[in-house]
Amino acid sequence: MDDLLSEFLTETNENLSVLDVELVRLEQNPNNPELLSNIFRLVHTIKGTCGFLGLPRLEKVAHASENVLGKFRDGELTINPEAVSLILQALDTIKSLLAVLEATEAEPPGDDLPLIERLNLCAEGKLGAGAAPAKPAAAPVPPPAPAVAAAEEVPVSSSGNLTLDELEAIWNATPGPTSTALAPVAAEPAEEPAPSHDLVVSDPDPVPAAAKMPAPAAEAASGAGAGGEAATKESAVAAQTIRVNVDLLENLMTMVSELVLTRNQLLQILRSQKESEFAAPLQRLNHVTSELQEGVMKTRMQPIGNAWAKLPRLVRDLSHELGKKIDLQMLGADTELDRQVLELIKDPLTHMVRNSADHGLEVPADRVRAGKSETGRITLNAYHEGGHIIIEIQDDGKGLAIDRIKQKAIQNGMASEGELAAMSDQQIIQFIMKPGFSTAAKVTNVSGRGVGMDVVKTNIEKIGGTIEIKSQQGKGSTFVIKIPLTLAIVSALIVECAGERFAIPQISVVELVRAAADSEHTIERLKGTPVLRLRNRLLPLVSLQELLRLDDQEGGEKKTDETFIVVTQVGTYTFGIMVDRVFDTEEIVVKPVAPILRHIEMFSGNTILGDGSVIMILDPNGIASATGEMAMGETASKEATSVQATRQEDKMALLLFRAGAGAPKAVPLSLVARLEDVDLGSVESSNGMPVVQYRGKLMPLVPIDPGFMMGQEGRQPVLVFADGDRSMGLIVDEIVDIVEERLVVQLTADRPGLMGSAIIAGKATDVIDAGFFLTQAYKDWFGSSSTDAYEEERALQRVLLVDDSPFFRNLLTPLLSVAGYDVTAVENANEALALCEAGEDFDVIVSDIEMPGMSGFDFAEAVRQGGTRWSATPMVALSSHASPRDLDRGRQAGFTDYVAKFDRDALLYALQQTLSEQKGAA
Amino acid sequence: MSNAKLPATTKKSKGDEIISGGSQDYVTMTIADQLFGIPVLQVQDVLGHQRITRIPLAPPEVAGSLNLRGRIVTAIDVRLRLGLTSRPKDKPGMSIVVDLRGELYSLMVDSVGEVLSLSNDDFERNPATLDPRWREVSTGIYRLNGQLMVVLDVPRLLNFTTMEAA
Repeated sequence: MDDLLSEFLTETNENLSVLDVELVRLEQNPNNPELLSNIFRLVHTIKGTCGFLGLPRLEKVAHASENVLGKFRDGELTINPEAVSLILQALDTIKSLLAVLEATEAEPPGDDLPLIERLNLCAEGKLGAGAAPAKPAAAPVPPPAPAVAAAEEVPVSSSGNLTLDELEAIWNATPGPTSTALAPVAAEPAEEPAPSHDLVVSDPDPVPAAAKMPAPAAEAASGAGAGGEAATKESAVAAQTIRVNVDLLENLMTMVSELVLTRNQLLQILRSQKESEFAAPLQRLNHVTSELQEGVMKTRMQPIGNAWAKLPRLVRDLSHELGKKIDLQMLGADTELDRQVLELIKDPLTHMVRNSADHGLEVPADRVRAGKSETGRITLNAYHEGGHIIIEIQDDGKGLAIDRIKQKAIQNGMASEGELAAMSDQQIIQFIMKPGFSTAAKVTNVSGRGVGMDVVKTNIEKIGGTIEIKSQQGKGSTFVIKIPLTLAIVSALIVECAGERFAIPQISVVELVRAAADSEHTIERLKGTPVLRLRNRLLPLVSLQELLRLDDQEGGEKKTDETFIVVTQVGTYTFGIMVDRVFDTEEIVVKPVAPILRHIEMFSGNTILGDGSVIMILDPNGIASATGEMAMGETASKEATSVQATRQEDKMALLLFRAGAGAPKAVPLSLVARLEDVDLGSVESSNGMPVVQYRGKLMPLVPIDPGFMMGQEGRQPVLVFADGDRSMGLIVDEIVDIVEERLVVQLTADRPGLMGSAIIAGKATDVIDAGFFLTQAYKDWFGSSSTDAYEEERALQRVLLVDDSPFFRNLLTPLLSVAGYDVTAVENANEALALCEAGEDFDVIVSDIEMPGMSGFDFAEAVRQGGTRWSATPMVALSSHASPRDLDRGRQAGFTDYVAKFDRDALLYALQQTLSEQKGAA
Repeated sequence: MSNAKLPATTKKSKGDEIISGGSQDYVTMTIADQLFGIPVLQVQDVLGHQRITRIPLAPPEVAGSLNLRGRIVTAIDVRLRLGLTSRPKDKPGMSIVVDLRGELYSLMVDSVGEVLSLSNDDFERNPATLDPRWREVSTGIYRLNGQLMVVLDVPRLLNFTTMEAA
């Protein structure tokens, strides 16, 4: 039987039994308004549900009864036994209809006009006379009924206005019709099958159903008082379930949770005692408690199908609306999960199915063109997996459009092109989870309003779940939701840090790694930032001690150098939490923290452990956002601290070398003029600096490692950086390789001379900042620094550098400074324009093209057309695309010159050219 | 978690206004040799020294949390709350457990004394010159024989929002 219908039957049968009792009580205390309103409410509920389920016959009867009760309630009618009998009779009719409904899953055909008519008459007892005569005409009721009407009608029409007493007197005076009128009701059903129009039943059953009908109806009618027989036949469906207040269950759950904790406590004590007579009974208690916990959990469990019940209809409507053919498959609908969880995922699920239908699946024509069947398929699959429920929503549509997501991300200023290019497809897909993101080209009725996946994600994370997206262009996309079975009891890993213990929910823990000097894993440090190499990936680490500002209270003597790393995953961001020790996992009951502590986002709650101590539960989401990674996603914040992804469109040649201790180092090959092997014997000292004669000039040698001691003999590899006719040698230990890699600089270091670190050739590598070493050499060379420049009365030409990427700003600023320019670097066009308004003057502006917010082209146009003080300042565009078309576009926008990024010489040349032209013109 | 488990007495202990005439019962305690009092109906429990779990990143006045018969109680170091130095490590101290909107808080004090029934005639408003920190958390002063007792206002004592800004 349909779940909805069986629920309805259970509920209505219950309500009817209540009604029976209540009506009888009402008859005894007619002046109890509470009783009356309760009855009214129950009947109203029945009417409402019938209407909702499309049961017109039941609805009509209930509606007529409700009318009468309404009059009672409003004091327009007095309660008397006849009226109550009439209502009871109506209830019996409802019961008998329900019985048929339960047997055949359909309402019996026919109607209950006579009964309704009488109910209406009863209700209209006090209404104006006008309506009454119309009624009998409208319905061809057997004679007795009009008689009632007539009996009533006479005084009503004559006086027009009656007191209640009078009315009652009339009712009392005419008891006959009430009982005689019952006869037609009993007789009527027999004739009913013929005029049945209001119900179309495809089921073969209706005939027997209709046949069955007269019996209970007659029964009901004959028993003028209650007609109880029909009711006593307890509904089979109703008998199987009982209704329990949810609060009661919640309470029970809480108590069981406490019991579980107490049990854990006892077991802990038992463990510390070798021999105890309590062992056996405690074992028994343990089992019973576990079973009880399971049982109580089950009471809260509902099949996930309940959350899916609306989906087939939704998909059907969508397919019509969107002109798509959609086949919805639902697997594992009987997978059960906690009521509370179910409620929370209902909406997200609906939203995601809607998304799949709207965005995911293509229209039939496109599908055929793509060689797929016309009908698109959406599959929902739910199953258990290790204490979690996995729900997959899969469609075989076109998959997520990476390009569109990128475009949109740039449009919304969530990331720059440079940043996007550095991201994997997986990372890009994550953008659809950001607030205010929607790729639907047009906002349809269905989706595309930009509220959605972010809400889905928030809802799922709220219940400690995770969501994962897989997408394959042209093949479809899959959303995998992983949620805990229940929110009440979670499994948590207990760790220790600086003498304090913390619990980490097991769901976020991916693995545990032991790092020690003697193990294969060691923690490496990049400018103090700990990282771990884990299967060819660089895993950022978070020190719990630093994060929580724990000071080592207990003496602080660390016996071992070993550290445990809890590899944690939040969304697609994986990081390691460094802790001192790892204990067991334990089942814990999450309790909310005190209100005065709610603002600490590192904790999701607290709990009492088996040994009775209180422990804080760490919130991996909070830790992730506190360590900065999430900042990149949550807002387009440029302040993102730990990850700074920068690169150009294509792969870049990098020179790998070793110098000093620690990680291998790298420098963009394009910056290196030559590689030389210098004979240490030929190194001389000039001005306190090692120099070597090189091509007829003196070339300063700068070691990367400040503590580097120059040997006296042998040969030393040197990277030669040339700038115009000046050159400088960077002393290294060994040149390792030249690799073509996408340079993704992560973990920017603050140490001068280091740009940051990157994974190059599968290893953590420091990327050096060549510009820094250039200044080291050239500062002495020129004997001036940029601060002196001001005193030299504009001896230096001022350059404004606009580039969103810190990488390029870091690279170009020193480069241009050493080339003799006074550089001001800003990260976007708006800042640049602000400088313009502030009255700053520059000799030349160098601007990136691809920037979030205002692009370089827009910036140039703004400068040129705004009639600003800069309108005559020459502008040089920097871009990774240097196609002729781009050049044209750049010129049109107002750029004086166009230079490809990373072409250092070209840039310097262009600046020189531009400035000399400018001078010539002036 | 559920309020049902709380003794009914705490429910009606809201009103701590002092009506003149009659008397009020106070649980007394000392902090740094100063006598303090809390209306007796607001007090749930008096505890000796307890093992407390520190809560990182919490306001300094929050000493940590402890387990009181299966309920988690947040411990507040009243000394720090009153702007005094924290208690010397060697003195164990005691705690008074109070209920505020269904949450339990344990107020850590130096020692807990007897319950005094005090006549309202001896009650006086805070002197205007009282340390503002004290004035904020006190409803008034009782003149006792030989010493003064400061009446602590529990809801205000536990209202940290005014402090966090500082």
